[in-house]
Amino acid sequence: MPWQTGAGRDNPFGNSSFSADDILKKFRKFPGYRIPLFYLVLVVVLVLWSFSCFYTIQPGVVGVVQRFGKFVRVTEPGLNFKLPAGIETLTKVWVQYVYTEEFGIRTIHAGIDTEYAPSRQYLDESLMLTGDLNCAVVPWIVQYRISDPYKFLFKVRDVRKTLRDISEAVMRLIVGDRSINEVITERLEIATAVKSALQKAVNDADTGITIVNVELKRTTVPDPVQPSFNEVNQSLQEKERMIYEAREAYNKVIPEAIGEAQRILREAEGYALERVNQAKGDASRFLSLWTEYVNAREVTRRRLYLEAMQDVLPKLGKTYVIDPEQGGILPHLNLSEKLREDKKQ
Amino acid sequence: MKNAALILAVIVLFLITFGGLFYSVDETEQVVITQFGRPIGSPVTEAGLHMKLPLIQKAHFFPKTLLEWNGDPGQIPTQDKTFIYVETFARWRITDPLKFYETVYNEIAAQKKLDDILDSATFNFISSHHLVEAVRNSNRLLEKDIIISAGLTDSVQEQVSIKLGRSKIDRGILEQAAPKLEKFGIELIDMRIKRINYVDEVRQKVYERMIAERKQISEKFRSEGKGESKKIEGEREKELKRIKSDAYRRAQEIKGKADAEAARIYADAYNKDPEFFSFVKTLDTYRQTLTQDSAVVLSTKGDFFKYLKGYEEKH
Repeated sequence: MPWQTGAGRDNPFGNSSFSADDILKKFRKFPGYRIPLFYLVLVVVLVLWSFSCFYTIQPGVVGVVQRFGKFVRVTEPGLNFKLPAGIETLTKVWVQYVYTEEFGIRTIHAGIDTEYAPSRQYLDESLMLTGDLNCAVVPWIVQYRISDPYKFLFKVRDVRKTLRDISEAVMRLIVGDRSINEVITERLEIATAVKSALQKAVNDADTGITIVNVELKRTTVPDPVQPSFNEVNQSLQEKERMIYEAREAYNKVIPEAIGEAQRILREAEGYALERVNQAKGDASRFLSLWTEYVNAREVTRRRLYLEAMQDVLPKLGKTYVIDPEQGGILPHLNLSEKLREDKKQ
Repeated sequence: MKNAALILAVIVLFLITFGGLFYSVDETEQVVITQFGRPIGSPVTEAGLHMKLPLIQKAHFFPKTLLEWNGDPGQIPTQDKTFIYVETFARWRITDPLKFYETVYNEIAAQKKLDDILDSATFNFISSHHLVEAVRNSNRLLEKDIIISAGLTDSVQEQVSIKLGRSKIDRGILEQAAPKLEKFGIELIDMRIKRINYVDEVRQKVYERMIAERKQISEKFRSEGKGESKKIEGEREKELKRIKSDAYRRAQEIKGKADAEAARIYADAYNKDPEFFSFVKTLDTYRQTLTQDSAVVLSTKGDFFKYLKGYEEKH
């Protein structure tokens, strides 16, 4: 046959001692040499084909087998057997793997310092209206797992796109019922509400996936509005500062005033003690003196008088003693003139 | 000869297979068989290996799965005359491939039909309702103006009356559009508004309004701060006055009582002999009031100097 000679001529091992011709010659020694050509081809094809009968499934993955397109079985991890290619086909589905869809953000490079694409680029996905008709920027992620490989493969043509569409609709539905303040502060509550609504929607759509987690990233307002939101926070700080300052001024004065009041009271009490004690002292002295006076009225009286005069008279500037019987002396004393001079000195 | 027969058998098998005797249908597909372009029999919806006449009959494959559709009816004015962009999506499936094959023929044409019907239904619904109806879903109370730090702010709850809400508008569009799609062998499974956004000019206005709203809140906080500060200042003044006057009052009371007691003590003592008291007290007063500046004219008739004129007892 032509190919035999051809093979002999173009033998790449021509230089070696074992040429194709030699091998063929050896083959010719076997009986029934005429038949092998066809069988040889058939055997090679069958062997190659049969390779497609074995496959291994890694842990966390299941294999979905279809026979002529019809779903026949799901196989578990390990070495498995199927009918060869053309009859049964295998699709592997990662059922344990958690897939992530990002909305309004994109991870460029995950790692210790995860890098995100600038969010402005994906504003279409994250810009939405709140219930009070304000605009909010809400980026979020959805994590999901394929829980039903059959539904995942056969019920919906593009599960990922369906999930993305539903997620966006559900997020806006939930955010549409919240005020801008709630959107900014109640992220966890919104994520929880979205998760349950989203799970219901993907179940209704027969996608065969389970929502593992919905997480809201930093929710903000659009860039042009951001400064005014910051200003609100600032003014709140200002307000607190003003209050603290006023309290500071209060605390600076009041305790001192309380102390001062205490001082005034103590002083008054001191005055009272002094006054009463003086009175008691004076009274006691008077009474003692009086007791003696009662015993010797005239003498005591005279003595007291003279003692007083003894104290007083030496201190006096001028003492005039007149005899009323002489008379007429008084007019000669220019008393007022005299006193004026005394004062000048 | 035996070889030739085998080769022939292979060729025949080859022809049969690729000539279209057998065809396999995937789980995600359904098939309409046509003979010279005319549909024959009922559509094949069961996955697996099927037979048909080779060369004469032709298999047309259609998806059996849920299919996606994205709508963009463009700018829509709402009933309250706000211009918005609405983006929608729908999920649909071919439930009657035969009808589908006859009326729309392929998926691209079907998408066009969906565009026509769903976009106009969306337009009708959105333009005949207020914007808030499409944004809100329920009459849930909105908490407004809750600012991060608790305790210092008050929150206002706003009640709006939502007659429909987004879910019901979605359903309304679905119900309006679904019957129109039935005649194309299409079942509309779900239809939702995906995104609603203001058109650019409106968005600028909204931003301005949001800024104004925030500014007003900021001013409110500042003014509250000032007010609170003044209040504390007033409190301080009042407290100061109270403390001082209270102290004064109590001090006076204490002093008054002491004065009273002193007076009583004096009176008790001096009442024993008022005349003697007057005498003693007057002498004391002399001691204190008469000083160097005083000039005194005394008569020899007085007691003190009476002996100056002689010591005889006159009286």
